[in-house]
Amino acid sequence: MPNEHSSRQYEQDLEAIRSRVLQMGGLVEKQFFDALACFRLLDAREAERIIAADLEVNQMEVALDDACSHLIVKRQPAANDLRTVMATIKVITDLERVGDEATKIARAAAQLQHRGLVPIAHEETIRVMAEHAGKLLHESLDAFARLDHKLATKLIIADEKVDSEFRLVMRNVITFMMEDPRTISAALDTLWVAKAIERIGDHAKNIAEYVVYIVEGKDIRHTDYAVQQGAG
Amino acid sequence: MINIATLSESSPVSVDDLTPVIHVKELDFFYGSFQGLKQINLDIYERKVTAFIGPSGCGKSTLLRTFNRMYDLYPGQRAKGEIVFNGRNILDKDVDVNVLRAKVGMVFQKPTPFPMSIYENIAFGVRLYENLSKGEMDERVEWALNKAALWGEVKDKLGKSGLSLSGGQQQRLCIARAVAVKPDVVLLDEPTSALDPISTVKIEELISELKEDYTIAIVTHNMQQAARCSDFTAYMYLGELVEFGETDKIFLNPTKKETQDYITGRFG
Repeated sequence: MPNEHSSRQYEQDLEAIRSRVLQMGGLVEKQFFDALACFRLLDAREAERIIAADLEVNQMEVALDDACSHLIVKRQPAANDLRTVMATIKVITDLERVGDEATKIARAAAQLQHRGLVPIAHEETIRVMAEHAGKLLHESLDAFARLDHKLATKLIIADEKVDSEFRLVMRNVITFMMEDPRTISAALDTLWVAKAIERIGDHAKNIAEYVVYIVEGKDIRHTDYAVQQGAG
Repeated sequence: MINIATLSESSPVSVDDLTPVIHVKELDFFYGSFQGLKQINLDIYERKVTAFIGPSGCGKSTLLRTFNRMYDLYPGQRAKGEIVFNGRNILDKDVDVNVLRAKVGMVFQKPTPFPMSIYENIAFGVRLYENLSKGEMDERVEWALNKAALWGEVKDKLGKSGLSLSGGQQQRLCIARAVAVKPDVVLLDEPTSALDPISTVKIEELISELKEDYTIAIVTHNMQQAARCSDFTAYMYLGELVEFGETDKIFLNPTKKETQDYITGRFG
């Protein structure tokens, strides 16, 4: 762990931002899991609650961005502090988007329920990839909390699995649609959900990349860094 | 996807392409029995700005003052080691310090104009080294004041006392005075610490213009100033050079933890 700042207020401001980001992460994670449960049970009322709760996520985004701006103008952070603030601003954006994806899942659940009988195994189709994306999101927040760049590097590679699972789901859903056109609406809703989950995996991967940036000072976005590390 | 190996090797400034103007080798410095500098090894590169940062008493001003042997003025202070400038060790006894100080000019923390006219402030130093006609001297004064971005403000009052100028103008007058004798290197010892923000910005802009022609070494307590105007940064602590490198690297991702702690304000 780095030493403490000479200014205790600076230390507290940084720490407050960090803990609020993690709090936002926890909320977003819950939104995602609730949305998946809601999709499984096709509970339209729960879906409405989840969509309404996204407002809180959005407010946290605005408040945290504001806290970061204040920290920059007051402290002019440098080196690891600067990287932390820069990365935090980006993490906030990714978390807010995860929140948006969760509301998309909830909305799809509500739509499926309105249509009545679901002619495909909608939940079964996405279950495995949802589990992987959920784990990825949880661990990326964990890596951010502990500044664990080794775990982060693993997560960047692990996101590939979610991406390939998405392609499987798509093929699966297309098969349903070809066999029986009456499944098309439900199949498309399921596909939107799968896409939302795949995006959540991408956001988790982004968070992992920022962890590497904070710890090592390397901007590894759009590079083969993780693959190199994995091979080496 | 970009190959990470090619990405990390690309660097805006390659030290190999630069020419060192001052080469410091195993430099020790003593104030009587107290050792102020310990085994400093460092290159100051041509037409680049090198900033020295570190807490008070870390030896950064001491190091700057060895570059033109300013310490000679004080008894009991001595340097050991090598500072190679223009092919010779300037610490050698037979070096003419007046010639050295014309080649390595210096500007101090507090503006130090001479109690004479603005014109004479510049001409005085030039006369010590060169024999110029009245016309040539007028040209030189104008040139130096232009270099220091002061000409526009003083051209109608060259006969007025240098002390009548504002603090920021006085400091630029001192820079003009240093530049007038056409040095190779300009040393700035906390040049803006006594100035208001606007004057500070002017001096900083001046620094980036001056580096087109001169090599600059600056000591500053203002970390953002070092980050803004220097190409290289040296972090010193307790008389030792802790880390030296490209400024961007030092302020974004320093190699040493001590450097990081200092620039992020974790210095206890």
